[in-house]
Amino acid sequence: MFPLRQREFESEAVATLPLVLEGLCAGFPSPADDHVEEQIDLLALLMPNRPATFLWRVDGHSMRDAGIFHGDLLIVDRSLVPRHGDVVVATVNGERSLKRLWLDGPRPRLAFENAEFPAYPVPEEAEVDVWGVVRCNVHWLAGRR
Amino acid sequence: MTVFALVDGNSFYCSCERVFDPRLVGRPVIVLSNNDGCAVARTPEAKALGIRMGHPFFLIRDLCRDHGVAVLSSNYTLYGDLSARMNEVYGLFSPHVEVYSIDESFLDLSGMGGRDLAAHARELRATVRQWTGIPTCVGLGPTKVLAKLANWLAKHAPELGGVCDLTDPPRRLEAMARIPVAEVWGVGPASVAKLDGIGCRTAADLAGLDHALARRLLTVVGERIVYELQGLPCLELEEVAPQRKGCAVTRMFSRRVDDLPTMLEAVAAHTTRLAEKLRHHGLATDVLTVFFHTSTHDQGPQHGAQRTVHLIEATNDTLALLSAARAAVEAIWREGFRYSKAGVMGVGLIRAEEAQRPLFGALDRERSARLIGALDAVNARWGRGTLVPAAAGLKRPWATRFERRSPRYTTRLDELPVARARG
Repeated sequence: MFPLRQREFESEAVATLPLVLEGLCAGFPSPADDHVEEQIDLLALLMPNRPATFLWRVDGHSMRDAGIFHGDLLIVDRSLVPRHGDVVVATVNGERSLKRLWLDGPRPRLAFENAEFPAYPVPEEAEVDVWGVVRCNVHWLAGRR
Repeated sequence: MTVFALVDGNSFYCSCERVFDPRLVGRPVIVLSNNDGCAVARTPEAKALGIRMGHPFFLIRDLCRDHGVAVLSSNYTLYGDLSARMNEVYGLFSPHVEVYSIDESFLDLSGMGGRDLAAHARELRATVRQWTGIPTCVGLGPTKVLAKLANWLAKHAPELGGVCDLTDPPRRLEAMARIPVAEVWGVGPASVAKLDGIGCRTAADLAGLDHALARRLLTVVGERIVYELQGLPCLELEEVAPQRKGCAVTRMFSRRVDDLPTMLEAVAAHTTRLAEKLRHHGLATDVLTVFFHTSTHDQGPQHGAQRTVHLIEATNDTLALLSAARAAVEAIWREGFRYSKAGVMGVGLIRAEEAQRPLFGALDRERSARLIGALDAVNARWGRGTLVPAAAGLKRPWATRFERRSPRYTTRLDELPVARARG
């Protein structure tokens, strides 16, 4: 058996987007006022459900072909229900590792995503659990991280 | 009908540790108090080994080694962060949440329009578990005392699945007859002894107590508990934490302190932290109490000293409080003792903006506000303790130990949990 944890909460993540409002202005109104839009709130975009969102650090290259590199920062959202094809932080025999989750077969599979790696074998008796679904990956191209 | 829910984290500190360290799952875990003194959180596996709340660690060190108990220093940064997340989730299930302690909150579930409250509570519990990883128990009742009692039952009767509903009166009486009176919220050991004297031993007995007798025996507090047990609410939800009347920073030293310079340094560090706490809450104090004492566990001469200093005006300025604390320590210092603990307390706190100005000798508030503002900004950006008054010391050999503390997984970029991506 491959006991993936039962997800009891089915609804999508709750998103709260703060509305950026113009302050009152005495004097000549700005000609741009009618064209002002909300600013982009990157945090709300990347972490729509803050209480369920945790940051993880990647150690290793086994997910290179998924665009996830050693040292990258993962935004993991525990309120997401794991779906076919998600990248997940999985617990296999007491160790937390990063894998692609496939749900198309008779039982769930976990896989590396690096052509230079052999296929990932989940031992028959392994206890497997999804800790959280990776919502996105932060990969710096310049500057500190 | 009024309905309260009391939600609390199971073995909360231990559960926080288990969220990030899978090796802790399924084995006994304890978390130690400040300075690794005694056990303050235990998983059921650790309780089964006979480890009690407050059990001094040196008494159970061998037991822990022999039974593979995972022993951790407290990581309040982590616990505080997970606690805040849990309360955010509670906010999705109730518009009114009272944060009662780091691991307990009261929720007002009144007027849910005939919804199945137990089902609502189960959904809350499942969501908190899924989103934050923390297992909880939920108690439901028409009063806070009954909600707390229901929570106790939810913890102690596994067949309830973590949710216990005592809103239904007949069911409530039957359950209360099985709960010892000592488990009722607000009933301490002294009250238990008094109640035992008149044959009042269960929560049901107490609920049936004559109000006048309850008041005579246990004062007005006891009478209120009786009303609450009968389902008549006397305690309201306190959504806004009541203004703190006092604020203290006290710590055991990691080793004994027997010289004045070290004591001055330690008290200065505590005072610096106290000033930070006051500013965080927008409070100020004009009365500062400083104390230190030896440990009754030690052989040798015992001594304790305390001094209260009145400041010319209420302040939360680190430097003003530091000079007051220093004067207090120097005034009461006595050589020849090995001190184990020191603390500073602000008493009679007022809101900073309500502080009265003295006619003469007032602090230069503008200058101080700029300096302290810069201090707080640096510490907020680079972490607490980046910029400290030199009086508070840089090496701090006396500082509290956290030798077995886990990483601050959720608040430090350099301590994040690591996802293995190797073959």
